[in-house]
Amino acid sequence: VTTASTLDARVTSLWDAVAHEIAAGHRFAGLMGTQREDSMLLSVHLAQPGGVVTRDIALPAGVRSYPALTPVVGAAFWYERELHDLFGIVPLDHPRLEPLIRPQSEVLARHVLGSGLFTMPHGPVRSGVMESIEYLVETPGEDIPHLNLRVFYKHRGIEKRFEQLTARDGVLLAERTEGVASVAHALAYCHAVERIAGLTEVPGRAALVRVLYAELERLVAHLDVAVRLADAAGLAVATARFGTHKERVVRLVGRMCGSRFGRGVVIPGGVSDPPQVGGSELLTEISRLERSINGDAQALMGTASFLDRLRGTGPLRPERASEHGALGPVGKASGFSDDARLNRPYDGYPALSLGDQREHEAGDALARLRLRWDEVRQSFHLLRQATDELDDAGDGPFAVPCQIGSGRATGWAEAPAGEVLYDVRAQDGRLVRCRPRSASFHNLVLFPEVFAGDILTDFPFIEASFGLSPAGVAL
Amino acid sequence: VSPWVLRGLRDGVVTTRWPARPDPYAQTWRGPATIIRPGSDDPADLAALCPTGAIGPNPGASQELVLDTGRCVLCGRCVTERPDVFGWSEGIESAALTRAGLVVPELPETEQNLAAVRAALADKTAALRRSVHLRHVDAGSDGAEEQEIAALLNPVYDIHRLGIFFTATPRHADVLLVTGAGAHGMREPLRRTYDGMPDPKIVIAIGTDAVSGGMLGAGSDATSRGVGEVVPVDVWVPGSPPPPFAILHALLLGLRRGPSRPGPLGAS
Repeated sequence: VTTASTLDARVTSLWDAVAHEIAAGHRFAGLMGTQREDSMLLSVHLAQPGGVVTRDIALPAGVRSYPALTPVVGAAFWYERELHDLFGIVPLDHPRLEPLIRPQSEVLARHVLGSGLFTMPHGPVRSGVMESIEYLVETPGEDIPHLNLRVFYKHRGIEKRFEQLTARDGVLLAERTEGVASVAHALAYCHAVERIAGLTEVPGRAALVRVLYAELERLVAHLDVAVRLADAAGLAVATARFGTHKERVVRLVGRMCGSRFGRGVVIPGGVSDPPQVGGSELLTEISRLERSINGDAQALMGTASFLDRLRGTGPLRPERASEHGALGPVGKASGFSDDARLNRPYDGYPALSLGDQREHEAGDALARLRLRWDEVRQSFHLLRQATDELDDAGDGPFAVPCQIGSGRATGWAEAPAGEVLYDVRAQDGRLVRCRPRSASFHNLVLFPEVFAGDILTDFPFIEASFGLSPAGVAL
Repeated sequence: VSPWVLRGLRDGVVTTRWPARPDPYAQTWRGPATIIRPGSDDPADLAALCPTGAIGPNPGASQELVLDTGRCVLCGRCVTERPDVFGWSEGIESAALTRAGLVVPELPETEQNLAAVRAALADKTAALRRSVHLRHVDAGSDGAEEQEIAALLNPVYDIHRLGIFFTATPRHADVLLVTGAGAHGMREPLRRTYDGMPDPKIVIAIGTDAVSGGMLGAGSDATSRGVGEVVPVDVWVPGSPPPPFAILHALLLGLRRGPSRPGPLGAS
């Protein structure tokens, strides 16, 4: 018989073990819950070189609370609020257990008090073409001493929708979880499903085709950040130029597979079709794109009035980035890098070189943009290698059968905004649980922390430099 | 001299002439799946091919096979598995003025309905001539539709040349572009945006999610099955997501502004 106190002790000792592993260099990659008939399963995912390990603990039926992880591992802050929203279990001693993805309609109490301070609600319907999210900006008129987020508006019940889908249908939903990272989500999902099926690798040509689409997706996302930053600075020509480049890359993806977002390409077991653009034509197109993008990127990084807006804006301290395990460009620009393509390589990446990696530490919007141009360079490097390798790869299938029975596995992929992680459980060939965790979800919690010293007009720069999608946050 | 002056001139004019002139990219675009030859299969058997239930027997005549492009997420499974029956539609003119208009083959009563719908729309759009302002609301999209709508502002599509602009307030908007299946959290903000727009106003549902809920359609208790459950929709655009040209076509369809030469758009 498990008494409440021995259960609490078991949970606490697991949290301590997790904290030790993090201190030893592993990265907290997520805390997820699974409701089972007889218990509630809590799973902590820890990323390390070579893979992601999972530590599970079951709360017996009827137990509706447990000692929170957040006081020990701060990065679990949003994960536990979400657990509370979805399953109703209470993490005891959580610092702020307000709803995150459940509607929260009451007016939030102001965090900063004083004369002349007011809260400016921004969203969920925002000017321009933006995804729905609400920022509650506490301000005396210029500074932003405090910022609150409400992300629940877009909650679509994606996790629940996965249940009972077949592996083949699941990838269609994964692609539509976070549209700007369709390929990365499809990859992370398929990696998990392939692991369940006992498939250690996909055919060589499929592995290379997957790299092509993943890197083109990265180019599109990084160019989009450039468009938004240039637009925020009022650089009309730069905005137009990067917008045109982005359209060219998107059209190339569309010509290759029929979808401008690379949807329908990645399937469990490989890829659905080879690219409909030949190797030499692809190389020509890649070189042409690289030349024109590089030229404009150099001009942008030489435009003093633009750099002034980014330098020192929205700084994320390196200690904070590594403590939280900040993903993708947000982490890398603050000196914390855990790129899944390097540390937990998959598909074609083990055989390809990412090229030189520069260190960035400034952590401001400028560092995040510099880092993205580095990644653009790496993507072109990878695209050329993958195209060459694909030409030399001879014949062979683009997919192998991938039959899932029952099992559970994690899968990951490096999206443009950072690592996407899937925790998938299947039973008799159907998904019974699928929990995507986007980089947007993990990183967005850092966003309100970087406004020290910044003012309202810096907001669009900081937002664009984070490069996150609310769709990936409120699933 | 700022380097941007010369850079701006570097590639010449990249802007499409569409709809005044045909655009090769638009013409060759691969739209939603369609039926190329009904064949002799039982429609109920073919229904199993589609993950979103777009394929099935005609509710009125169960021997007839119909495909609802408004539910098609363009996964291509039907085209791959039964290329004798299904194919891709070509071009970007996939939008329709009625929900039933997205079903192929065209349902018989659609033509009459369409005449009535066109007349009603003509009343609304009479006031909207050369200058039109758009407002966008994301009602639970995956973020891809926003990318395609935003692309209308890049120099390749440049909707400003057609007198179409985005506005920062619903009070100045003539057209509401809605994306996403209608997440419950967005019902109220969407409704309030719609109510905040002056008459006459046009609502365009952009993407299969907005039309029918798409992959979320039947199985999510956190969303509607399309934004038609929340606001009255005038133009329906399938696609997952629809490309910028398809969105532009839908806009012009809603505004009853077609190409200058005779064509599908000028048929009113």
